[in-house]
Amino acid sequence: MELITLHGIEKTYQMGDISVPVLKGISLAIRQGELVALTGSSGSGKSTLMNILGCLDRPTAGEYWLEGQETSLLTADERALLRNRKLGFVFQSFNLLARTSAIENVAMPLSYSVEDLSSSETRKRAAEMLGRVGLGDRLNHYPSQLSGGQQQRVAIARALINHPPVLFADEPTGNLDSRTSEEVLQMFEQLNAEDGITIIMVTHDPKVAGHAKQIIRIEDGLIQDDAATDGPTPQTSGDAQ
Amino acid sequence: MRIYATAGIALKALRRNPMRAMLTTLGIVIGVGAVIAMMEIGAGASTALKKSIASMGANVLVIRPGTASSGGVSFGAGTSTTLTPEDCQAILRECPAIRNGAPMVRARAQVVYGNRNWIPNAIYGTTPAYLDVQDWNILAEGEPFTDRDVLNSNRVCILGQTLARELFEGVSPVGKEIRIQNISFRVIGVLSLKGANMMGHDQDDVILAPWTTIKYRVTGTSLATAQSTGSTSDTVNTLSNLYPAAQPSLYPERSSVQQTDNPMPVRFANIDWIMAAANSSQEIPLAIKQISEVLRERHRIRPEEPEDFNIRDMAELTATLSTTTTLMTNLLLAVAMISLVVGGVGIMNIMLVSVTERTREIGLRMAVGARGRDILRQFLVEAVVLCLTGGAMGIVLGHGGSQLVRLVLGWPVQTSPAAIATAVLVSAGVGIIFGFYPAWKASRLDPIEALRYE
Repeated sequence: MELITLHGIEKTYQMGDISVPVLKGISLAIRQGELVALTGSSGSGKSTLMNILGCLDRPTAGEYWLEGQETSLLTADERALLRNRKLGFVFQSFNLLARTSAIENVAMPLSYSVEDLSSSETRKRAAEMLGRVGLGDRLNHYPSQLSGGQQQRVAIARALINHPPVLFADEPTGNLDSRTSEEVLQMFEQLNAEDGITIIMVTHDPKVAGHAKQIIRIEDGLIQDDAATDGPTPQTSGDAQ
Repeated sequence: MRIYATAGIALKALRRNPMRAMLTTLGIVIGVGAVIAMMEIGAGASTALKKSIASMGANVLVIRPGTASSGGVSFGAGTSTTLTPEDCQAILRECPAIRNGAPMVRARAQVVYGNRNWIPNAIYGTTPAYLDVQDWNILAEGEPFTDRDVLNSNRVCILGQTLARELFEGVSPVGKEIRIQNISFRVIGVLSLKGANMMGHDQDDVILAPWTTIKYRVTGTSLATAQSTGSTSDTVNTLSNLYPAAQPSLYPERSSVQQTDNPMPVRFANIDWIMAAANSSQEIPLAIKQISEVLRERHRIRPEEPEDFNIRDMAELTATLSTTTTLMTNLLLAVAMISLVVGGVGIMNIMLVSVTERTREIGLRMAVGARGRDILRQFLVEAVVLCLTGGAMGIVLGHGGSQLVRLVLGWPVQTSPAAIATAVLVSAGVGIIFGFYPAWKASRLDPIEALRYE
């Protein structure tokens, strides 16, 4: 099933009188259960594409279907709700709340969800999620007491607390050493394999991209190369136009 | 999102930086504390001020008899002899707006003690209630005369300070005998110093005595003697006297010694005026209405007939009183507003800094699904929580401060629940007003920009 479908997505930034086209018509499709790496040199537009895929930004033109829903025309509030329910984010710099325990960091998105959970239930779910990323014994640690890899795992737990079908990771290993990077990437592969979560990573590191089943290369606002890696069978195709 | 969850997020956010939260609150603490202390001390001062103006006689009503007239010639206010001590009792009994009242009789005569003499400004015959009406309850020395002294027309008196100084020159007058028109009076008390009144009359140049004593023993113009004087034979018969043949007296005329020793009781005694104190300056118009109803009924005046008395109040003093109070209140309000605005600007400043500092946090919250209004609410609640906490601390601080002032400086203070309620409302209001701009700014952030913010 096609989870994400893009049709001729364009994004143009207006800098005073000059309009700067960043995405020049991108069409692609990503199936459920994929592990995709978005790569490209800096300035290629991969971050902009990521923002649009993550419903943080709206395309200037084109269609974006997420789970059968056209999202490019949603209002800011509707997109916030969509992000809360269907998308998880992992950032390069973890973005954990300082002086806030791991469990509270993980539980944070729940306070914006439409579900009305009691505080004990919230804690239960957050603890469960931290257990899944292997931090069940660090519930009440503050970010400053955790290593970089552990912090990123807290961030992953936070991204997964609402059981989203898609997880976006923006340079997830950019601030980590190679060993912890490996750990985090293995966790991604595990989540992808066991829970069928679709993961989209933005990276410029070929080693990180190597973990993906599919690599989408963006150059100058267009999809340059769309290759399946060592995955058993290429499950998804995306074409440049 | 649920309100209590928002409150929880706001509280957690504040707990993350307790020092800054405390310093921010300090502005409001000081503002509200200053307001409460100001209000309490000011209310005390205002009450004290009102009391001291009231002691000048702001609440006093003077009821004088109206004019007498004969053959179309009126003799001016106070000349009719229709006001009686019973009128005064009726007013006290039937007018709820009147706190107290006293009948007044005035004489002017020489006062002698030893080889010194003095003509006081006024010799007032009255009842003990006069001291209460005039707010003159505290005597410098001795004690006031009693209602029994009034009933028995006892020859006792209280001296004003000026008189005590002129006659006794520093010796305590209490227990001494003075003579007023050759009637001897025992001094039983000395009034406290009151100074000049608004017209510049020395209010301490006065003698107070039971009105019966002054009426029957000193002025001697009771109805009985007034009638008898008409028949004295030593009046000069002049040509201008058109009807010289006055009625002959029915009874033999009594000598002045006889009159002094045995004042003839009369059925009907008139007094010169009545002084009555209203409960408060607000009730003066009501008191005037009630008194005139009582007196019209007692004097059997038909609705269309003019009154045979007139009631005067100290309108000027009352006006001063109300302007002073209003001025005081407005002044306090202005000071209060300034402190609170300063506190509010402090809150706004810190909230703006906080929004800038937490840009990434805001971006993150938006990325995980917070809507603009969630962010707005979170920061607004933070500001309100800060302000309310500050308000509560300020109330305690201000109240403590005013109590300290009361204990150390002895100033009058007055706890005012209205001020406390206002402070709570205003501090919440300050939180909303000054917290709104930073919160609105936060809610308008673009999540992409905010996440990228360093």
